[in-house]
Amino acid sequence: MLRFTLRRAVLMVFMLLGLLAITFTISHIAPADPAALAAGPDADRAMIERYRVEYGLDRPMYEQFAIYLQRLLTGNWGKSIHTTRQVWDDLVTYFPNTFELVMFSILIAVALGVPLGVVAAVYQNRPIDHTIRILTVSGVALPMFWLGLMAQLYFALHLGWFPLGGRIEMMTDPPQAITHLLLVDSLLRGQFSTFVEGLHHIVLPAVALCFPALASIIRVNRAEMLETLNQDYIVNARAHGLSTFRIVAVYALKNAMLPTMAMIGLRFGWMLGGTVLVETVFDWPGIGLYAVQAAISSDFEPIMGATIVLGFFFMMTNFVIDLIYGILDPRVREQV
Amino acid sequence: MAAGTQDAALAPSFAERHAGTIRALRLYARTFARNGSAMLGLAIVLLFLTTAAIGPWIVPFPEDAAGAIHLDIKLQPPDAVHWFGTDEVGNDVFTRVVLGTRVTLQIACIVTGVAMLIGVPLGMIAGFVGGWVQEAIMRVTDVFLSVPGLVLAIAIVGALGPGIVNAMLALSLVWWPGYVRLVQAKTLALKNEIYVQAARSMGASSLRIVFVHILPNCTSPIMVKASMDMGMAILGAASLGFLGLGAQPPFPEWGAMISVARTYLPDWWWYSFFPGVAIAVTVLGFNLLGDGLRDILDPKHRE
Repeated sequence: MLRFTLRRAVLMVFMLLGLLAITFTISHIAPADPAALAAGPDADRAMIERYRVEYGLDRPMYEQFAIYLQRLLTGNWGKSIHTTRQVWDDLVTYFPNTFELVMFSILIAVALGVPLGVVAAVYQNRPIDHTIRILTVSGVALPMFWLGLMAQLYFALHLGWFPLGGRIEMMTDPPQAITHLLLVDSLLRGQFSTFVEGLHHIVLPAVALCFPALASIIRVNRAEMLETLNQDYIVNARAHGLSTFRIVAVYALKNAMLPTMAMIGLRFGWMLGGTVLVETVFDWPGIGLYAVQAAISSDFEPIMGATIVLGFFFMMTNFVIDLIYGILDPRVREQV
Repeated sequence: MAAGTQDAALAPSFAERHAGTIRALRLYARTFARNGSAMLGLAIVLLFLTTAAIGPWIVPFPEDAAGAIHLDIKLQPPDAVHWFGTDEVGNDVFTRVVLGTRVTLQIACIVTGVAMLIGVPLGMIAGFVGGWVQEAIMRVTDVFLSVPGLVLAIAIVGALGPGIVNAMLALSLVWWPGYVRLVQAKTLALKNEIYVQAARSMGASSLRIVFVHILPNCTSPIMVKASMDMGMAILGAASLGFLGLGAQPPFPEWGAMISVARTYLPDWWWYSFFPGVAIAVTVLGFNLLGDGLRDILDPKHRE
């Protein structure tokens, strides 16, 4: 297991270098002159030249890449034009909100998706299976941003059950930071009303965000359960008189969960793309909204920073899922 | 004269020569026709294609495509004349949704097409040549797959500047890795098939093996993936349009329409509602069609 973990970790470092190579390439094919960009909108020629030398933009490509890596490692991620702050500080401020939203959303997707997949498989081709199928088919097709808007329209404006958007009410003071996650911090500080308020705000965006992932999880879990339920050992368990619940929930589900896990890892990428849309709809102060606002005004460094952080987040999740896979299935451990 | 007629009678007819193919196609058609959701998908896609083809001639207010202004009838609710209501400058939303099919189809075809043009050859080279070439291609593919697609697309559009052409370019650049994975795996498997080995032992060139023996056997999984990807590309382009990074208003693109329309919620709901329904139905159609195609082309998935 230790060797397996180390191998995965080394692989991830290389992937991360690959990601940085992509962002580096994008910043060099951009039509604008990077030196002019770094120097700011109202810099004169001499200033631009000074920046060119300072950032090493007159050196060969591989040296520039090394300089780029060094810059990122020392926390110098450039400056954002529209927030006028260091990109790194911005990312540290906004990332926890995105992390909270995505994690909450994936929890909903798994908590609903796995049982629904099991139910659909156990009651194959019965009315309940068909009802669930409508959910899975529409889940992948509905545009997430539109779903969010319609949810706002109905649940926030028409019924008034949830707030329209934002992380918490304007007048509420956020709890003093410990983990920077609002829900966790407010609990740790004992501010229960803030916790409830934060929970109230996160429900609509998280539900809108989880839809496609939920649909995929149900689909895969149903297919795997159907296959597992036909295996000899299940028939054997049935013949031994085990209860249906025990057979389904313990013996079959355990084996069906492996492919489902792989699907969760895959769909996590969708969610990180989707969070950009959902944050825009719900005014969620996360990294996605930050990236979009930067992209609209062609504010370069924040976009690259957000891309690196979201890409890294995706790689980390897949790393963790790989490890869990390795723990659950010894065959995966050995074949690497 | 008589000899000619005799020849014709002896020579196998078209139906006889292609009996195998015809039988297979008939089986496909029957399997497909029995699958209700696949037929629904086909119907939606056909409706979508027809609308895209004849759209400009059937819409009630063709001048509303871009630029027309009738402030006296702005933001009217749906009625018998304006089926989907009107927008903030009095343009007919129905007209603009119908005209949006053409733009959407263009985007979907170009994004999927470019992704295939990059991904299929790379996958084939990787699988066929093997060695360090394969290693290099697959590692680059892995890196691209390990970044969330939409995020990378936003980064590329951010670098190139917002606009529909840049949005299509960005989506194409993040879409090809899936095809590399698919085709490489398939090529690896096919390379060791006996008929490929036999062709090679008879002195067939690598190019001939690739084009005559391997590529035709990759077409069905590629078709299935392409059909699914059309739907996903439509969603991606609409998402970029919604974020203000793709097509720019007043261009009749569904995502861009919603990006303007959301500022008119909740009172003028029809303005954002109908373009969204159009996206959802179209994507649903391509997904169902892709599912149906997979059921007939990939026997493992037949139930």
